[in-house]
Amino acid sequence: MEVLAILIPVSLFLGFMGLAAFIWSLRKGQYDDPAGDSQRILDPRYDDKPKPVEDDQRG
Amino acid sequence: MSTATIRPSACPACDAAPAAEALATRAALPDAKILVSVPAVHCAGCISTIERDLAQMEGINSARLNLTLKRLSVDAKAGIEARDVIARLDRLGYEAHELDAGTLSMTETERQGRELLMMVGVSGFAMMNIMLLSVAVWSGAEGATRDLFHLISGLIAVPTVAFAGRPFFRNAWKALRAGRMDMDGPISIAILLTLFISTYETLQSGEHAYFEAVVMLIFFLLVGRYLEFRARSVARSAAQELAALEVPRATRLVGGVESVVSVADLVVGDIVLVRPGGRVPVDGVVTQGQSELDRALLTGETLPVFAGSGTQVSAGEVNLTGPLQVRVTAAGKDSSLHRMADLVANAESAKMRYTTIAEKAAAAYAPTIPILSLGAFFVWFWISGGDLRLSLNIAVAALIITCPCALGLAVPAVVTASSGKLFRKGLLIKDGTALERLAEVDTVVFDKTGTLTMGTPEPTNLDEHSVDDLRVAMGLAEASSHPLAQALAKALRGQDVRPARIAGLAEVPGYGVEGEWQGQRVRLGRADWVGAEAGAMTAAYLAIGDQAQGFTFADQLRPGAEAVVRGLQAQGKDVWLISGDVPAVVGDLAQRLGIAHWQASALPADKAAKIDALHAQGHRVLMVGDGLNDTAALSTAHVSISPASALDAARAASDMVLLSSDLSPVADAVRLSKTAMQRIRENLWQSGIYNIIFVPIALFGFATPLWAAAVMSISSISVTLNALRLK
Repeated sequence: MEVLAILIPVSLFLGFMGLAAFIWSLRKGQYDDPAGDSQRILDPRYDDKPKPVEDDQRG
Repeated sequence: MSTATIRPSACPACDAAPAAEALATRAALPDAKILVSVPAVHCAGCISTIERDLAQMEGINSARLNLTLKRLSVDAKAGIEARDVIARLDRLGYEAHELDAGTLSMTETERQGRELLMMVGVSGFAMMNIMLLSVAVWSGAEGATRDLFHLISGLIAVPTVAFAGRPFFRNAWKALRAGRMDMDGPISIAILLTLFISTYETLQSGEHAYFEAVVMLIFFLLVGRYLEFRARSVARSAAQELAALEVPRATRLVGGVESVVSVADLVVGDIVLVRPGGRVPVDGVVTQGQSELDRALLTGETLPVFAGSGTQVSAGEVNLTGPLQVRVTAAGKDSSLHRMADLVANAESAKMRYTTIAEKAAAAYAPTIPILSLGAFFVWFWISGGDLRLSLNIAVAALIITCPCALGLAVPAVVTASSGKLFRKGLLIKDGTALERLAEVDTVVFDKTGTLTMGTPEPTNLDEHSVDDLRVAMGLAEASSHPLAQALAKALRGQDVRPARIAGLAEVPGYGVEGEWQGQRVRLGRADWVGAEAGAMTAAYLAIGDQAQGFTFADQLRPGAEAVVRGLQAQGKDVWLISGDVPAVVGDLAQRLGIAHWQASALPADKAAKIDALHAQGHRVLMVGDGLNDTAALSTAHVSISPASALDAARAASDMVLLSSDLSPVADAVRLSKTAMQRIRENLWQSGIYNIIFVPIALFGFATPLWAAAVMSISSISVTLNALRLK
């Protein structure tokens, strides 16, 4: 059962990683326009290079 | 609204990001953030067409289209106005409306939404992690391992409840202080008591701990709350959003010098100049000038009325042909526009607060939860001969199982699914209870001008005139800005008629246009002015020499008008047409659309009275209207819809706004609302049945944390799936 001493912290750490990723994506406004984001992948404008950063990312 | 105040609050993370500096320097420029609603966008093509085109437009920094909200936000340099963007979109073929840039409150709701979503996320992650540990316990972990797992679960659950349970505690406390009992009371008791007992059991090396059930309950309830919040915030922003740009300004004349002042600053006796095309800002009397006034928005009349010296004018009328000087007789609060608003306020306050089906269910359900669990506690305390721990455990199990997880989702899930469907069809629900009220409707009342018709006239008898007459008429019509003349010119241009060359063209404000053609005086205008007999229909008259003839006009039908009337009649609804226009025109339209009941020359108060009378007969009325004269009727009706082209007063008074210019979604909405209510009822029954099955199990003391978790997730998922079944 000693393996629990490693597994539990690891699972908790992974859980927190997921939570942190969620919070980050929420703050970045990634849930503001779900319908638009699903359509934007079809847009060839930024296929070669990403959209310039200073452009407003929020809708 | 400067960009500097919006950005940092909307995006807290940006403050720390390197991009913040770039934002700060850019915000120093006097840029403008323009918000435009573009109801017709639906695909990737729309996004790239619009964004690409606007990127090339002079003075635009960036443009981004939000497809979910069908809203375009444009970051523009000073000098660019919403008008320019709307014109540009119009050229691309997209209809657009300016949105109120009262962005501050919008970021406030945005912030609330994010906070709720954050709570959903945190409780979701906590739930998953606790569940990992719980599965181990359920599959047979014992002794020290079980205690350790319970302890870790508790360490995750307690902070999660403290963070994500706040909305429930806050509402319960608010209700408690007001001496009420709502759903959040029992929920809060269940959460806190279960958490407390589970912690105690864990410390006592007990067998059962309900940590995962508590967090799961919070998670599902929060999902329901978030869906509800989304529906409401869309509604709220719709109300603010569609506020048209109607600047309450007037041009005041003092000793012949013009100055632009706020309407609020005008006093009785001031002289105000109203230019052609402008809206009359106050009630008053014309002192100088002649023109025609379009009263459609106030009274529903399509025919413009003559205005000369001494004519009484009311705020809200549109001046058509010549400049008018108006002496103010009533401004601000005393004006007829305000009296209309008072009529609306009265209707609103007379209206009974609508109790939704969710509230009814909650009212029936809320007391049963604590009563059941309290009963279980006392019965088991008596049976077991005073075993406090056992009775508390059973009481808690009953409490957590009866807690209305699915009930919290049953209504919001359906409302979200159906309002999303309606939004895609171009109908925006402004009021949360509107869908439910719409399902009860059995009578539909339409306004005429601007609702069933576009409010733009079209000539109807062009083929009765000779080519020469048409050419002369066109030559004259092109020189005028009167709506009938413009409609005539437009229709003739469509038929490839070439205008006759007319010398000495002159517009006589309030009467028409005159000129000279082949040595004869030609006139286009009012009947008495050209020397013709005035008919009942909307018409403009052409005189060549002494020969006079009439061009009659009919209002163009709004697309989908026929379909919506037929659709509603097919659903067994009574359709009424009530208009302020003259009987001949209203009767004609009613016949064209196959509407049996109609009423003409109705004053605003008449419309509201008619709806009251229908209500008194036990009917539930849906009112569809757009004018100021409809606002009282819109707020009197059981539920109301107005097109986006309506005045803001009308939109504010109505429960739903039709974004597309097509009327047919109205019939769909009525049908969909019925199905939605069906689903809501099914969902309520479903969640009730789960409880009926599992409450006895809990009361007999057989319930385990595994049961609680299973019941909760199965019932929540099944009501959600049922909601998604909505077609």
